[in-house]
Amino acid sequence: MTAIDQSRGLPVGSMGRRANGWWGMITLIATEGALFVYLLFSYFYIAVQHGREWLPPDLPSLSLSIPNTVILLVSGVAVWRGESLLIAGRRGPIVAIHILAALVLGLAFISLEGWEWSMEKLTPASGSFGSLYFMLGALHLAHLVIGALILAALALWSALGYFDARRSAPVSIGALYWYFVIVVWLAVFFTLYITPRLSLG
Amino acid sequence: MTVAEYDRVPERVDSGYESALAHSLEETWETKPGLYGWISTVDHKEIGVRYLVTAFAFLVAGGVEALIMRVQLARPNQNLVAPETYNELFSLHGITMIFLYALPILSGFSNYLFPLVLGSRDMAFPRLNAFSYWIYLASGLFMYGSILATAVPNDGWYNFAPYSLRQFNPGLNMDFYALGMIFLGISTTVGSANFVVTFLRMRAPGMSINRVPILTWGTTTISVGNLLAVPAVSLAFLFLWTDRQFGTHFYTPESGGHPLLWQHLFWIYAHPWVYVVVLPAMGMVSDALPFFCRRPLVGYVAVVLGTITTMTLGFGVWLHHMFATGIPFLALAFFSGASFVITIPSAVAVLSWVATIWTGRPVTTAAFHFFAGFIALFVIGGVSGVMTASVPSDLQLTETYFIVAHIHYVLIGINVFAVLGALHVWFPKMSGRMMSETLGKISFWIIFIGFNVAFLPMHLTGLWGMPRRIYTYPAGVGWDTLNMITSVGAFILAIGVIVYFANVVISLRSGRIAGPNPWDGPTLEWTTPSPPPPYNFPVIPQVASRHPLWESRLHDSVGESQWRRGMPLDKGKEALATTALDGLPDAILKMPEDSPAPFIVTLAMTAGFVGLLLQIWWLAGVGAAATLAGLLIWLWPERELAQRAEAAR
Amino acid sequence: MRCARPAPVLIVLSATSGRAFAAPPMSYLSSAGRMGDAIAPLTWGLLGVAIAVVVIISALVIVGILRRGRGGAVSDTPIGETRATSWIGIGVGLSTLVLIGLVVWTSLTMASIANPPSEPALTIEVRGHQWWWEFIYHGEKPNQIFETANEIHIPVGKPVRFAVTGMDVIHSFWVPSLGGKTETIPGQVNVTWLQADRPGVYRGECSEYCGEQHAHMALAVFADAPDSFEAWRQAQLRDAPAPASDQTRFGEQSFIQHCGACHTVRGSPAAGRVGPDLTHLMSRSTIAAGVLPNNPGYLSGWIADPQNIKPGCLMPDLAISGPDLASIRSFLLTLK
Repeated sequence: MTAIDQSRGLPVGSMGRRANGWWGMITLIATEGALFVYLLFSYFYIAVQHGREWLPPDLPSLSLSIPNTVILLVSGVAVWRGESLLIAGRRGPIVAIHILAALVLGLAFISLEGWEWSMEKLTPASGSFGSLYFMLGALHLAHLVIGALILAALALWSALGYFDARRSAPVSIGALYWYFVIVVWLAVFFTLYITPRLSLG
Repeated sequence: MTVAEYDRVPERVDSGYESALAHSLEETWETKPGLYGWISTVDHKEIGVRYLVTAFAFLVAGGVEALIMRVQLARPNQNLVAPETYNELFSLHGITMIFLYALPILSGFSNYLFPLVLGSRDMAFPRLNAFSYWIYLASGLFMYGSILATAVPNDGWYNFAPYSLRQFNPGLNMDFYALGMIFLGISTTVGSANFVVTFLRMRAPGMSINRVPILTWGTTTISVGNLLAVPAVSLAFLFLWTDRQFGTHFYTPESGGHPLLWQHLFWIYAHPWVYVVVLPAMGMVSDALPFFCRRPLVGYVAVVLGTITTMTLGFGVWLHHMFATGIPFLALAFFSGASFVITIPSAVAVLSWVATIWTGRPVTTAAFHFFAGFIALFVIGGVSGVMTASVPSDLQLTETYFIVAHIHYVLIGINVFAVLGALHVWFPKMSGRMMSETLGKISFWIIFIGFNVAFLPMHLTGLWGMPRRIYTYPAGVGWDTLNMITSVGAFILAIGVIVYFANVVISLRSGRIAGPNPWDGPTLEWTTPSPPPPYNFPVIPQVASRHPLWESRLHDSVGESQWRRGMPLDKGKEALATTALDGLPDAILKMPEDSPAPFIVTLAMTAGFVGLLLQIWWLAGVGAAATLAGLLIWLWPERELAQRAEAAR
Repeated sequence: MRCARPAPVLIVLSATSGRAFAAPPMSYLSSAGRMGDAIAPLTWGLLGVAIAVVVIISALVIVGILRRGRGGAVSDTPIGETRATSWIGIGVGLSTLVLIGLVVWTSLTMASIANPPSEPALTIEVRGHQWWWEFIYHGEKPNQIFETANEIHIPVGKPVRFAVTGMDVIHSFWVPSLGGKTETIPGQVNVTWLQADRPGVYRGECSEYCGEQHAHMALAVFADAPDSFEAWRQAQLRDAPAPASDQTRFGEQSFIQHCGACHTVRGSPAAGRVGPDLTHLMSRSTIAAGVLPNNPGYLSGWIADPQNIKPGCLMPDLAISGPDLASIRSFLLTLK
């Protein structure tokens, strides 16, 4: 009989990275990440068909998108801090506050992006650049909205005292999703706002 | 209310299926009675059977569509169906067979078998499992709703732009297809996630990763493939839908879009998809053929590596569907080479099966007949594919009936024949009764002969230049006799399928009672009664080799597998999680009760998609909001699932 | 430019298969042109390898079953195991060698057909429409350019360049006896070439599903001796003759009124670009993209009721009948 240690205790239930939900979130990130890979593929495929003249005369503006990027990065730090505090043994309110802070920053991102789009001369129907610009942005925004709802739920559940150092899986799982949303934003931001400004020989 | 606990040292008890432990587990795990139970069940076996029944129903629908087309094509210049009706028929036939039958039937087997062959109580995500089925059913009905709306998809299953754009296709046909496929994609994705996590986490102790059945390797590999490929087609259809509704310009050449973007996104998904619908079927044959050759599979490791390699390379060949679209020489050469290379890992599996037969002692049951036929048809489909890997040859072969012959040899030969054989093997486990061997063999021969009469001459029809997707053809071009032969063969095939289903129905009612192990098979599912109780195993088995039930008779076993003594995990609905590679016990998981949430969320999503289809935006919004609310309730941390901290600490 | 020379055995095979049962017009197992000559042997070679593999594996399976196979209960036969992984190693090794050979042959063939053997004698622009073919013959001077539809003539023994594009949806330009397919993609021009080495008529069909009447979008390529080709070309360059009789004059008026919005007849005011150019309609052997023979009877039937013959096509039923129909037909018959 292969020696499987019979005397060790086994954890019961959802425990951090032993939770099936953690693995499930990884598969979700893999598939949604693939979606953005294909979006970027579409953008660059159309771009190389046309060359420089495909870009609009007014490139997407950095004046709101750079602050927005910073806002998202800070929200990521807030989530990370909240999760660390929870795993270190702090409970309820302090964790909820950190998650709430990230949520507020996320809502700020949504508002700023909405404002940026309202000032944008392009529309989704004004040619393939407009279509790709808005589709990339909108799909990212949709993922971020879901992330905001997740943060809201986690903030509520933390405040209700559902979690402790060992039963923290939902917070870790939700945090992972939020980090994913931030990383996708970095890729979208780089593609839409930086690459047009690089000299594409 | 269960007693909260964070750790437990699990006990070990002896138990069979008649003990007090077994009875108490039965009560804990059985599906609730009545309509509530039917809607809420999370039993992977019930869900698996639902997948099988639904997929077979779609197979029949697709078959009827095919037979109508074959009547129309039996002679030149016929007018039995209007041209547009024919175009809708070939489109719906492809959609039905490729999306609504080919993967779901394999999901049915995988769902049923994964926990049983891996030695577990359930899949990793039981409610998600139910959800993936309900969405499959809803999206299939959604797409078939197009018949009631007389707006059936009409641009073929690969749906090229610009013909799919509103300018050329103003009706709802394309919207049914686009939204239906995005909807179905959700089912495929969550189902894939479930298989991957189950494979990595929900195994019996001792079942290291090199001891799992090939079926689980096949399904898990394609599930990873799906996770990475499905988003491409969902995006393609999303672009199509917004081009049609909101005037975006992804595919319209006049405004900077490009029709070939559709083809790239579609084929980046659809080429891996063809491996998705065959690798699990090949896995089932790799697992079950050895039962009838009375020896383990030859070259387990090679077959596993071949499976993974095939899926991986499958992502690198999609351009071979586009050789005629004017792509650069270097791209042609690369993708042609890659398409030749991908033959090799497939060849590994064929050689393994041939070697297993040759060095084994074949017992020619009905299932074995289907598997033997499967091997021959696999090879025919494979070599006709090799012919198309060569660019110059493909520029003649593509879009002719040669390709139609090729795809049917790989789809029917590899998927359907494997499925029909697999059902003979596992029907006794699922129903407790044997299928008739005599009727099975008769059905095999009729199906085999009918299939080859229909599709073997079709290679010549293609070589003689008949294009695909034409609702009729002129006399005097040399295609008349070949088409008549194919049409006759199609009807013979249909008769064979009817005989096969008759066997199923008759056997369900009066088949010979099957014991736990009618085939003297080696794997864990054959230790349970037929059918298994809802909890699968009263104690968690421990595994010491690939062939637990054959250990005493094979000479290279390291130890002794054990299924009569083990952890009871009976403090509520519990299952064991093990480590991914070595299969060591890792955690005791609390499994969810039956829940109506998957069904209700599916209804909400359906409402949302109907709203998008008909442009009733408030309905779409309500559907979306209800979906999110439903998910929130579903995911609310529960004490019984040990997802919450304890209040008094 | 080096062309791949097929082995003698394959030439004999492809030739005899062609003649043994009067090769179907759309078959590409025998070739009448330079590109097809490179592709057909490769197709035959691949077919030969394919059949050989099928025979070998099927034989192994059948013999494997017959050797030690038996019916009866599974449990009557004992379990055993022998090492047999060498099957996989040997099989993979052999397959790899064969596949390498096929890749090399493929690459050589691809290189040989990538470019025409000499500078093309002619450039024809191909525009795929739902459900007919527009052909524009290029020339050095503007008055050397002309248009026709559904039928083309090319000189034998000289390569012809085809610049292929789509005007609405994706179609595919394909003449099997002469070469492989090229898709007509809106927004993109794909360039290919064909060369007919024997005089004759070669049938082609659209081979990418393009809508309701995809089944009825054939084309014909006439490969002529160089003088016949030049005579044809000169005839095509001429405008239509002025109508000579009262009936044809009246027919021209009627034609302009009913048909001129969609069709062009050079030399008359009719200049529509929606449908095929009809300036030399009567020089063609078929009408409606290969659906009907081009004679007065079918021509009348087509004009009177196109939706009955090709449902869904873009030529509407204009309810032309009686004297109107007769006069239009008499005008059209002058468009040689």
